[in-house]
Amino acid sequence: MWAYAARRVVIGILLLLALSLVTFILFFASPADQAKLACGKQCTQAQIAVTEKALGYDKPVYEQWAGFAKGVVAGRDFPIDQAQREAAPETVTHCAAPCLGFSKYYGETVNSLIKDYAPISISLAVVAVVLWLFFGVLLGIAAAVTKGSILDRGIVGLTLLVYAFPTFFIGVFFLKYVVVKWGLLDYPYYTPIAEGGVWGWLTNLWLPSLTLALVFLASYVRMTRAFVLESLGEDYIRTAKAKGLNSRAVLFKHGLRAALTPLVTMTGIDFGTLLGGAIITESVFAYPGLGLLTVQSSQAWDLPTVVGIVLIAGSFVVLMNIIVDIAYAFIDPRVRLG
Amino acid sequence: MEQNAHMDEKQPFLKVENLKVHFPTQDGLVKATDGLSYALDRGQTLGIVGESGSGKSVSSSAILGLHRGTNAKVEGRILLDGVDLLALNNAEMRKLRGKEIAMIFQDPLSAMHPYYTVGNQIAEAYRVHHKVSKKAARTRVIDMLELVGIPQPDVRFDSYPHQFSGGMRQRAMIAMALINDPSLLIADEPTTALDVTVQAQILDLLQNLQREFNTAIIIITHDLGVVAEMADEALVMYAGRAVEHGRVKEVLTHPQMPYTWGLLSSVPDITGDPNARMVPVPGNPPSLLSPPTGCAFHPRCVHRDKVPGDLCTTELPDLVPGPRGGLHLKRCHLADPESIYQNEVIPEIAPDLAEER
Repeated sequence: MWAYAARRVVIGILLLLALSLVTFILFFASPADQAKLACGKQCTQAQIAVTEKALGYDKPVYEQWAGFAKGVVAGRDFPIDQAQREAAPETVTHCAAPCLGFSKYYGETVNSLIKDYAPISISLAVVAVVLWLFFGVLLGIAAAVTKGSILDRGIVGLTLLVYAFPTFFIGVFFLKYVVVKWGLLDYPYYTPIAEGGVWGWLTNLWLPSLTLALVFLASYVRMTRAFVLESLGEDYIRTAKAKGLNSRAVLFKHGLRAALTPLVTMTGIDFGTLLGGAIITESVFAYPGLGLLTVQSSQAWDLPTVVGIVLIAGSFVVLMNIIVDIAYAFIDPRVRLG
Repeated sequence: MEQNAHMDEKQPFLKVENLKVHFPTQDGLVKATDGLSYALDRGQTLGIVGESGSGKSVSSSAILGLHRGTNAKVEGRILLDGVDLLALNNAEMRKLRGKEIAMIFQDPLSAMHPYYTVGNQIAEAYRVHHKVSKKAARTRVIDMLELVGIPQPDVRFDSYPHQFSGGMRQRAMIAMALINDPSLLIADEPTTALDVTVQAQILDLLQNLQREFNTAIIIITHDLGVVAEMADEALVMYAGRAVEHGRVKEVLTHPQMPYTWGLLSSVPDITGDPNARMVPVPGNPPSLLSPPTGCAFHPRCVHRDKVPGDLCTTELPDLVPGPRGGLHLKRCHLADPESIYQNEVIPEIAPDLAEER
């Protein structure tokens, strides 16, 4: 079991290394002059050369990537060029391990950028996953047990209708009508728990998280419905009924248990992806999360930030997959690992 | 009063009267079971035989009330100890399920939940009907596992179904079915998924347990060998109806209905003449949506021309006592099935047997 988990972690780390390398290469394949972009439009040729040295853009790609990988493990000092560091020690920024780089565009390390932006994306993802799982599974079960009825058709049809609306439409609708016109809720501004307490944090997350959750709701309703129906058609359900169990025990203890496996997989993947930032929702609500940071840094050709985000988002996905695999072993004894 | 007591004594333990199970579908009404009647006493075994889709499983599931909550229309009467099961409400029926009436299913691997231990699943069956602690239930389950011949039952309690062999799983299913000492056990093809040696063990086990607990057993099968070994009475089903019903020995040695002859012909006989032909029943099972007119077996019956006129195609024969006596019922228009069987069928399927006489 633990050997299996360790193996998965090692594979995950290798995967992330490959991911960062691919991102590096992709950026360098682009025709943009990194140093010029990092330095700014008014820079002279000499200033650009200094920036190039400071950020290491004068070195070949593999060397830059090796320096980056080393920084992740051991930490790094910026500017990269030693002569520059010695000439002006007051400008040196130390980036402790795991160092993801230094963004000239933002003027700070990628680590501190992510530290600022990630909590917002994580908060959004956590509240959203709770919302869509709760309502998705609940409605899915309700649809499954009333299969073919008006309720079933209503649930499936309505969630599909919601699914058909793009996220930016729902988000803007919430803001324009629910908040501004009808005044049902206060305008949401991200409030950390440290400032507003759990309640303040949560009330400000309602609308953006709901917007995000609605995207996933339809597919979770349909999946839950399908999995529960499939499970209820199994022979062991007939056995459970033949034992004299009541229908609640048959559904929840026997039926739902088997439907859990695919649901856990899907949730793990979706949640992992979402932790890396919800670009549209964050843009609509102007929530400075990783999604917004992705957009800004990509537009600015800010390579270190983009690589950092890709790596962080990748780590979330890899981590969630490992958790899902381990969760399998707890759910299904047939995959219990020796 | 005295007369009543007398009546009760005569009343069989299980009495199924004119049972109908119909499924409305988009294409029309499927009459899976259409007017089935039989009776069974404690300690006795009834073997229900028929090919797939003849209504044998459907009619037995109706006894357990497993069609409740589906769109099936169930009519008739099922009297268990004088109580009409079809008149009970769902809660009352649930109390009988697993307690008075238990069922063993065909494929024990899919009939057990893959995520729970075998012991837990059996204990669950016990605790539904007995308010006991988990520990007491565990002790009871281990006793039961031992009774059905599972070695190291205290260790095996915590195994999962996939860690059991096929025969072990079926033994565990039997333990689950018998843990509440049911008075009626329905075994739906209990040995179909097992190899032959394990089949024999499972059948022996069922017989021993029946003797011990005086259980009435309905065994559903398409294997006449199983019926011959296990059952006291045999009931042959075709297209949702009984076509022949009587003591096992009677039905197997003096079958009165061409369909039963067909079933007997299709049994391979390992002790018999290797040159004897194994004759399948010609044609396909009938559609239950639009069953053939008259006798449902007529399109496949090779003896149809021995019946005068077009009786077979126009009129459904009644299930009536055959020429051999009151307890042996048959549903066939043939006037003298016995002589046809002796003179035409036996020489074809068992030439050596025919020569002996």
